[in-house]
Amino acid sequence: MTIKRRKNPQILLNVFFMLIVCACIIPFVLLFMASITDENTIIKYGYSLFPKKVSSYAYEYLATNKDSIFRAYGITVIITIVGTFASLLIMSMLAYPISRKDMPFRKSMTFFVFFTMLMNGGLVPTYLVYTRLFNLKNNILALLIPMLLVRAFYVLLMRTFFATTIPDSIIESANIDGASEWLIFFKIVLPLSYPVMATVGLFQAVNYWNDWFNGMIFITDSKLYSIQNLLNRILLDIQFLSTSQFSGTYDFTSNIPKESVRMALAVIGVVPILLAYPFFQKYFVKGLTIGAVKG
Amino acid sequence: MEYVSIKKKRNYKKYYPLFLMMLPGVIYLLFNNYLPMLGIVIAFKDIDFAKGILLSDWVGFRNFEFLFRTADALIITRNTLLYNGSFIIINLVAAVGIAILLNEIRNNYLARFYQSVILLPFLISMVIVGYLVFSLLSMETGLINNTILPMIGMEGIQWYSEPKYWPFILTIVNIWKNTGYLCVVYYATIIGIDSEYYEAAEIDGASKWQQITKITIPLIKQVIIVMTLLQIGRIFYADFGLFYQVTLNAGALQSTTNVIDTYVYRALMNMGDIGMASAAGLYQSIVGFILVIGSNLVVRKIDSESALF
Repeated sequence: MTIKRRKNPQILLNVFFMLIVCACIIPFVLLFMASITDENTIIKYGYSLFPKKVSSYAYEYLATNKDSIFRAYGITVIITIVGTFASLLIMSMLAYPISRKDMPFRKSMTFFVFFTMLMNGGLVPTYLVYTRLFNLKNNILALLIPMLLVRAFYVLLMRTFFATTIPDSIIESANIDGASEWLIFFKIVLPLSYPVMATVGLFQAVNYWNDWFNGMIFITDSKLYSIQNLLNRILLDIQFLSTSQFSGTYDFTSNIPKESVRMALAVIGVVPILLAYPFFQKYFVKGLTIGAVKG
Repeated sequence: MEYVSIKKKRNYKKYYPLFLMMLPGVIYLLFNNYLPMLGIVIAFKDIDFAKGILLSDWVGFRNFEFLFRTADALIITRNTLLYNGSFIIINLVAAVGIAILLNEIRNNYLARFYQSVILLPFLISMVIVGYLVFSLLSMETGLINNTILPMIGMEGIQWYSEPKYWPFILTIVNIWKNTGYLCVVYYATIIGIDSEYYEAAEIDGASKWQQITKITIPLIKQVIIVMTLLQIGRIFYADFGLFYQVTLNAGALQSTTNVIDTYVYRALMNMGDIGMASAAGLYQSIVGFILVIGSNLVVRKIDSESALF
């Protein structure tokens, strides 16, 4: 045994990592298997990685309710796209002036942004600001604006990028040529800042896609649910599946294959991000390590 | 000197467009971050929406007296600190260990594949994690009660009504979800180490173990300390999703799963007790702020480059 170990540490290492890979992936496999298991089989034997009887009934049931799922998906997609772009625009417009070495009040403005990372008022005042002052309860903007739109950390990341990669001379010469600050920002600075914009944009897109907290505290009208809120609601309250808001009609008999349907819904919720991950994982990893080193 | 100051004054106007550019972000931070910071004064008030927040009566420290007279204050503080403390230690050991082993994988494709998969749980929302845990632990239908426990001849366990198991369950879920992130950070630092160190060590006949303890760990020590101190700075803030979604908000589990964040949420949203919720929230903000500042001072002592400020 010990001799073998000496000879083949690579095999042993790979076995170890294969186990870790299994630990990361098996829960997803179980979720999927549960969603295609026949309801009676679930009730009898529970969720299993190797279901005794397979059925597509859960997905068929969801297809009859596709309106509410499509609506939730549509809301998530719109919020993710609009949120990511609005957030990139507002954050870069804040980051660029404080990256300029000649900008008056540059230090104090940077501190103004930075201080929000050290202290926060907490849930109660934030909740009251958005519900009492802005009346965002049950407003779709509540999924877009509170707590997500501008994050100091990303603003400072952008500022550092602008300050270190965009040569002052380019900005100066554009200035001398009479270009306005807006023109310089949109035509020179932003096009040169593709890497940082892509990184922050990716992170914000993931943040918006995954956010359920805003929907949970601000949205009670199920017509405004994002996919995460729909999933959240069904996880904590499985009866919700048989209520009118979800299925369009009251289903007093509750003949719904609840156990497999809730799993099928979770599969639908997680598949897009799993499918997209291989394409963006390289940038995601790069972004994480930049953030950590600078942060 | 004179010339510079004149130039500065004259050029002020030139910066108007830049100030205008900052305006949306500044307004956002004022309302989203600074106004709530002022809003912590509501912890000292008896909020009556008929009178409005500003005109509600001042009650001094009464909300805090109520909060700290209950057993809850101690329980939520204890839970928050113990959970976060053990998450920090266990994640550190797991992440550094896995990162070092990952660096030993010779096949680059496999190493990249492992890294991607380890990071996968970090990417999904806590709601999905709640589903994944439910599919394992559900009392009637979960994999563990129906397949794994019968295999070793044990009775099923009512997971969602037995608080004593949850410190372990939540720690495992936290490792599963967050170790990948720390691991990627440490791995990136390790692959940045000059390979000449290892080549020289090999020529001198150093074993793998000696290389790890004498080269790798000393060279990533800085990053480890900084990452850990930053987490210690946030030890008073719990991961709300973990304690709310993964436990399915089960009331029976609260003795071991209630943390400051879930307490504030429940006091505000379920009980409508703004006084209690804001008192607990202020307590968290103040202690949290002190810890962030304190840990940053330590980071600055060790490595001024990595300090936040």
